[in-house]
Amino acid sequence: MASIDLKMAWRNVWRNPRRTMLTICAIAFACLLLVFMLSWQFGSYETMINSAVKIHTGHLQIQAEGYRDKNDIRLVVDDPAAIGRRLEALPRVDTYTFRADAFSLVSSKERTYGVLVIGIDPEREARTSTLSRSLQEGRYLEAGDADEALVGKLLAKNLRIVPGDELVLLGQGRDGSVAATVVRVKGIYASGQDDYDRSTIQIPLPYFQEVYAMGGSVHEVVVLGRTLKDVPVIKEAISEGLKSEDPESGLVVLDWMELMPGLVEAIQIDLYSGFIFYFLLIVVVAFSILNTFLMAILERKKEFGVIMAMGTTPGRLVRLLLLESSAMTLVGIFIGTLAGILVTWYYQVHGFHISGAADVLRQFGLPERIHPRLSAASILIGPAAVLIITGLTALYPALRVRRLRPVEAIAKG
Amino acid sequence: MNIVECVNVTKTYRQGKMEVRALGGVSLRIKKGGFVALAGPSGSGKTTLLNIIGGLDAADSGSVIVEGNVLDNMSQTELAQLRLRKIGFVFQSYNLIPVLSALENVEFVMLLQGVPTKERLDRARTILDDVGLEGLYDRRPAELSGGQQQRVAVARAIVSDPAIVLADEPTANLDSKTGRELLEMMGEMNEQKSVTFIFSTHDKMVMDHARRLVLIRDGLLADDQDRDP
Ligand SMILES: Nc1ncnc2c1ncn2[C@@H]1O[C@H](COP(=O)(O)OP(=O)(O)O)[C@@H](O)[C@H]1O
Ligand SMILES: [Mg+2]
Repeated sequence: MASIDLKMAWRNVWRNPRRTMLTICAIAFACLLLVFMLSWQFGSYETMINSAVKIHTGHLQIQAEGYRDKNDIRLVVDDPAAIGRRLEALPRVDTYTFRADAFSLVSSKERTYGVLVIGIDPEREARTSTLSRSLQEGRYLEAGDADEALVGKLLAKNLRIVPGDELVLLGQGRDGSVAATVVRVKGIYASGQDDYDRSTIQIPLPYFQEVYAMGGSVHEVVVLGRTLKDVPVIKEAISEGLKSEDPESGLVVLDWMELMPGLVEAIQIDLYSGFIFYFLLIVVVAFSILNTFLMAILERKKEFGVIMAMGTTPGRLVRLLLLESSAMTLVGIFIGTLAGILVTWYYQVHGFHISGAADVLRQFGLPERIHPRLSAASILIGPAAVLIITGLTALYPALRVRRLRPVEAIAKG
Repeated sequence: MNIVECVNVTKTYRQGKMEVRALGGVSLRIKKGGFVALAGPSGSGKTTLLNIIGGLDAADSGSVIVEGNVLDNMSQTELAQLRLRKIGFVFQSYNLIPVLSALENVEFVMLLQGVPTKERLDRARTILDDVGLEGLYDRRPAELSGGQQQRVAVARAIVSDPAIVLADEPTANLDSKTGRELLEMMGEMNEQKSVTFIFSTHDKMVMDHARRLVLIRDGLLADDQDRDP
């Protein structure tokens, strides 16, 4: 029954091969671009998040409530070891470490700057962040080290120091006392985040606790999950554990989104600007389709007149035309999506080199090589949008045929 | 029994301020099985009358009845359904769907009527054989001569046993020999299958084939004669 309809639609699609090819190419190109771009965006976000997380934030942090906003040295995690034991019991936790922070003045022979002094556990830190791997000069801290420090690259430049030089730290201890000491520069690191490299120095945690009168307490327990997807589960588990043990603990669990609102914002802006571009792309394609079908229908008025004279109802004629437009758009969408998957898959395996990346992205430590990532969402969203919009566009010329009267159509020749 | 009945049909075309009276009150009865020529000079209203009888166009006043169906107030969809079941058309040219073969063009009407595939194929082949096109089933219209195209059009018009076939100057684009052969074939179909044919023409040779000749002049019936071809 439908076979002649289908044959007819398919042959009509190819009556003007060049116009049809152009339209199919436009649709296919849009689908290809959408699949690639969305896979690219989703893939690069994951890369961005994963590398940003590993510079220092971690997937999650356990802190005293209010510490993130006030950075008050007195808001501490009293018993980090207990939390460590809890984390050991969670299979999705990959690794964790402890840190303590204090704002202090740091002076070299020539200059003085206000910086964030961070106390780290050298061994745990090496497993949790990229710090140990981002040393540019000197050496990383070791377990027995005390009055030694790692300094951010830009800060070292500002202070005009090299490994082996001495620095004076002057701050305030947890108990309000003056915290002052002299440390020797052991290494200089470049994390890739300029802000961080301009304003931080790292000293061993036990030494920090001594200088700043912290006792056994820390400010942050930094947690890495096995994958990004584990984050909500781990967060839930830790929160529950903390609450059930001691509802008054005053500790909170923050995930990377709460720790790096700037990154979340950058991703959102990128996503929105992407969607605006995609929308415009689809609108352009829709106009090309509109043009194709309006032309085709104007050219074939006489033919429609004959078909209607034979007794085809207007509704049936509309269906025939929609069959034609669907055949055409489906071919385009199929080819484009397939090509999009292949192209994206190639770059997913081999990576895509970007040298001129935007500053916003580099600020979050984006690596130079990015791998787009195919997913059901990145494959389907674009082509589905193209399908819907082109479908709606094809409706207009097809419905215009309803207004055609057979006698007028036949009279025009 | 009258298969077509027109009562006082009028039609005036308006183009801006210009008014052209195409039909000025035509009354006409046509019997089942007739082979009727509607003759008159160009511009006399032949096409207008055929279109109104076929439900392609509406009369301004008057009434048209085709095999008991009053066309006057039908909707576009009702008219389409009536055309599908009762009326076959043959136009001067461009009758066929260009992307379909001769066989598929004939099948298309039966497809619309919901005839099962097997029966559709059989009937389409038989009718194409009847109009002298055996072996040309799979040719596209562009691969057929003008006369062959008109034969396909006639085959398509009569394949579903309509009440009437309306042919508007079917031979106008053919040379006289091909035109005569087409008319002879139409005459055979009229006799064998007792299909009623109404065709318009201004060609003396075509008029000679008719068994009834209705003359129109300036939108009015001028003469009506039965004749022996
Ligand atoms: N669509 C139209 N608009 C305006 N005038 C028309 C239209 N169709 C036909 N006419 C006029 O109506 C008259 C009858 O035309 P028509 O029925 O085509 O005559 P015929 O088929 O006998 O040549 C002519 O004067 C013609 O110019
Ligand atoms: Mg005419």
